[in-house]
Amino acid sequence: MTSQVSSPAEQADEAVVGEQRKPAGTKNVRRLDRVIIRFAGDSGDGMQLTGDRFTSETASFGNDLSTLPNFPAEIRAPAGTLPGVSSFQLHFADHDILTPGDAPNVLVAMNPAALKANIGDLPRGAEIIVNTDEFTKRAMQKVGYDSSPLEDGSLDGYSLHPVPLTALTVEALKEFDLTRKEAERSKNMFALGLLSWMYHRPTEGTEKFLTSKFAKKPDIAAANIAAFRAGWNFGETTEDFAVSYEIAPATTAFPVGTYRNISGNLALSYGLVAASRQADLPLYLGSYPITPASDILHELSKHKNFGVRTFQAEDEIAGIGAALGAAFGGSLAVTTTSGPGVALKSETIGLAVSLELPLLVIDIQRGGPSTGLPTKTEQADLLQAMFGRNGEAPVPIVAPRTPADCFDAALEAARIALTYRTPVMLLSDGYLANGSEPWRIPELDELPDLTVQFAQGPNHTLEDGSEVFWPYKRDPQTLARPWAIPGTPGLEHRIGGIEKEDGTGNISYAPANHDFMVRTRQAKIDGIEVPDLVVDDPHGARTLVLGWGSTYGPITAAVRRLRNAGESIAQAHLRHLNPFPRNLGVVLGSYEKVVIPEMNLGQLATLVRAKYLVDAHSYNQVNGMPFKAEQLAKALKEAIDG
Amino acid sequence: MAETSTEGTGTIEALSLVPKAEARQSMKDFKSDQEVRWCPGCGDYAILAAVQGFMPELGLAKENIVFVSGIGCSSRFPYYMNTYGMHSIHGRAPAIATGLASSRRDLSVWVVTGDGDALSIGGNHLIHALRRNVNLKILLFNNRIYGLTKGQYSPTSEVGKITKSTPMGSLDAPFNPVSLAIGAEASFVARTVDSDRKHLTQVLREAAAHQGTALIEIYQNCNIFNDGAFEVLKDKQQAEEAVIRLEHGQPIRFGTDGARGVVRDAQTGDLKVVTVTSENESQVLVHDAHSASPTTAFALSRLADPDTLHHTPIGVFRSVERPVYDTQMADQLDTAIEQNGKGDLAALLAGGDTWTVVG
Repeated sequence: MTSQVSSPAEQADEAVVGEQRKPAGTKNVRRLDRVIIRFAGDSGDGMQLTGDRFTSETASFGNDLSTLPNFPAEIRAPAGTLPGVSSFQLHFADHDILTPGDAPNVLVAMNPAALKANIGDLPRGAEIIVNTDEFTKRAMQKVGYDSSPLEDGSLDGYSLHPVPLTALTVEALKEFDLTRKEAERSKNMFALGLLSWMYHRPTEGTEKFLTSKFAKKPDIAAANIAAFRAGWNFGETTEDFAVSYEIAPATTAFPVGTYRNISGNLALSYGLVAASRQADLPLYLGSYPITPASDILHELSKHKNFGVRTFQAEDEIAGIGAALGAAFGGSLAVTTTSGPGVALKSETIGLAVSLELPLLVIDIQRGGPSTGLPTKTEQADLLQAMFGRNGEAPVPIVAPRTPADCFDAALEAARIALTYRTPVMLLSDGYLANGSEPWRIPELDELPDLTVQFAQGPNHTLEDGSEVFWPYKRDPQTLARPWAIPGTPGLEHRIGGIEKEDGTGNISYAPANHDFMVRTRQAKIDGIEVPDLVVDDPHGARTLVLGWGSTYGPITAAVRRLRNAGESIAQAHLRHLNPFPRNLGVVLGSYEKVVIPEMNLGQLATLVRAKYLVDAHSYNQVNGMPFKAEQLAKALKEAIDG
Repeated sequence: MAETSTEGTGTIEALSLVPKAEARQSMKDFKSDQEVRWCPGCGDYAILAAVQGFMPELGLAKENIVFVSGIGCSSRFPYYMNTYGMHSIHGRAPAIATGLASSRRDLSVWVVTGDGDALSIGGNHLIHALRRNVNLKILLFNNRIYGLTKGQYSPTSEVGKITKSTPMGSLDAPFNPVSLAIGAEASFVARTVDSDRKHLTQVLREAAAHQGTALIEIYQNCNIFNDGAFEVLKDKQQAEEAVIRLEHGQPIRFGTDGARGVVRDAQTGDLKVVTVTSENESQVLVHDAHSASPTTAFALSRLADPDTLHHTPIGVFRSVERPVYDTQMADQLDTAIEQNGKGDLAALLAGGDTWTVVG
């Protein structure tokens, strides 16, 4: 078959890089409404890149999509082992979808470990493309295969495509001046080419991407493009792949607009840049690298021409400290971290509560406690965000529900911080951070106005008639105190973490004043205006499923399944965890049963039960992965029937 | 040595971005309306008075001056200055001040800290501020004891210190703040004494003129928990032999009539104190605060006996020019705009592969 693949040198010349390739049309084409593909290989096999590229091709084609990257915390885990397997799952469809999918229809397994680690998730009948070159006796024994699963019949229920991916790649690149090892590295692009043929993906984006990624190494760029094309041609010519598939663009699923694919961390970064523009304040990020939040630091550091200052601090505490210092100076200040970092920042968050300065604390949650599971998702920092400080130190909490929603959540967190002069916690998680979906790019005039007014002059008249500035004299509506930044003449004042007198802000240890200040800080947060909770309940259900954060996709998918099966269930999803929407109590009270699925042991349920005395039923999963829709639907059905 | 300016800061490049005061200032302009609450007799009073007395000399708009502190007795300092100020949390003032100074180059930012605040709980932030060379002036009040928590030993206490927490004597070796700062790549390191207002003011003057982070260790007497810790440097008679006044470009001599001097030991390369004679006079070290190498400044910082404080140098150990973090940070923003144009949000959001859905 490789004889039918034109030589790499010819390939590099015959077509202009970036030109769209189309199947010759000699094979059967089948239409599908959706597909779930999982690429799996060693951590060093480039599976995340392969998945990203396939996603970009799919996005530019116009399908709806949702992705789930899943990788070990080690940069290069031991090769060929089960813990070293890295995978990327992509669900794409001609209609709107909500999750990366429960079970892959197609698994690309680059080695025995990848097969072994993922086979359990595949339904019978699924297609498996394996790289046969890696199925050596030793490699199979390493992961506990006594006999070859490709030959012993154990994969009989599946549609198996054995492909010597490594050999075909090396063969395709033989005319390049590359060592065998170097040539082998392009096997992920060969696999990508094959899958791109199989699913009629546009290819020009990938070729352009490779050209620019390896701009300084044109030989490597050409080799990768050649491998990519060889993979495509292999699909086109080999008899093993008799069918290719079309999944039409999801044109009717989306409102009119211009779209792009976006991951949660990128959307969050853009949201912060947008908030800075809408507030007309310079953005200042103080941060310390931590998985899975570092990408926000990387992204924002690229946008210095927006006036964005990024400060990589010596530790988590200095990261938030610098941000708080910048907030005092009038910046839109942000710190980004994950759970362990929040723990270290707690004291400074408390100081920000006391100083009443705007500050965004972005927590990209991961598995805990302690170091936990750095690359896996969890939503177990809710109670830390809510209560993890000394004293009465209320902090508003905002949680995005999907990757693209991270953009709007960042703007909303900034609105609350700036309006109420308070630190705000934004709780994203690893699933949202790394997962991606199509995003309708907003017009700038759709963005909220976040402009703030700094204090300019005295705000209080003393009994003797003199005009003075009181740093803790509040806005009667919002209870926010004035933001008087250094450089403003006549407003020189001192603030600190010691309890201060109402109004003047001077140090005060007076018992009644402390009681008043504690209650006032709480009242300010309780009084934050947040939109009412919207309930989706077309049939007047008796059971409500309530969620928050990244469980939105799986919960909504599960609810659809149930309704399609004739069940009646209401759904509501919280964006604001503190304060809760005003109508939450009424909503909860109007259902016989309330179920709360969470990727923790029931943290929202604890808050809801305590505040509203509702006998909410908790459904929990803390395995580092998002819920699967089918499993959730089953649990919700049990709740409805129970 | 920096020139003494009587005409505001027009001549001080380090403060060129900070707006000037419109009218002549006096010490009382810098006194806040808050009652000072340190123990009577505390060395902090003298430092406060020296700083308040010095500030008018800078001639800066006082709304553009900010004092940031951590926790401890010294950290109450900002409340008493009629400028902007923040009394933050234990050890974190250098981090907070870094954010402020690097985002607002029109401010003159001062950090007030103590030996516990800066060297124990906040040690990490101190060394990183020094290596970054952010435009901060750090006043480290060193009284070699924990005052606010009522008398435990500190990271600068001498070994064997008997305190409430160490009834049988402290075990850990102390930090030498000047050595530590030099080791942390500080571009300006000085030491002075609370009771010597003239010297303290001169050091403040030089620190203010320095571009980048300046660390000033101020020996400060805690008359309640560690009274007389620096008496040997203050008692006129003892000070003759104990104090070595460093002046840039001058031979390092001290004692009655400059009878003693610092020379380099030919064998070890280290510094030692000798009685100056006509034979060795030419070998007496001439102090060079601007030396590119920190070696001699470090050797000077090791000269004092940590127990008796004999041969304690005061003055500016080191003052060198090095790129300033906040300046470079601002330069990168300018360069990014030059290279890519001013940020265009609509273009940013619409970057990458896009597709359009039409009705």
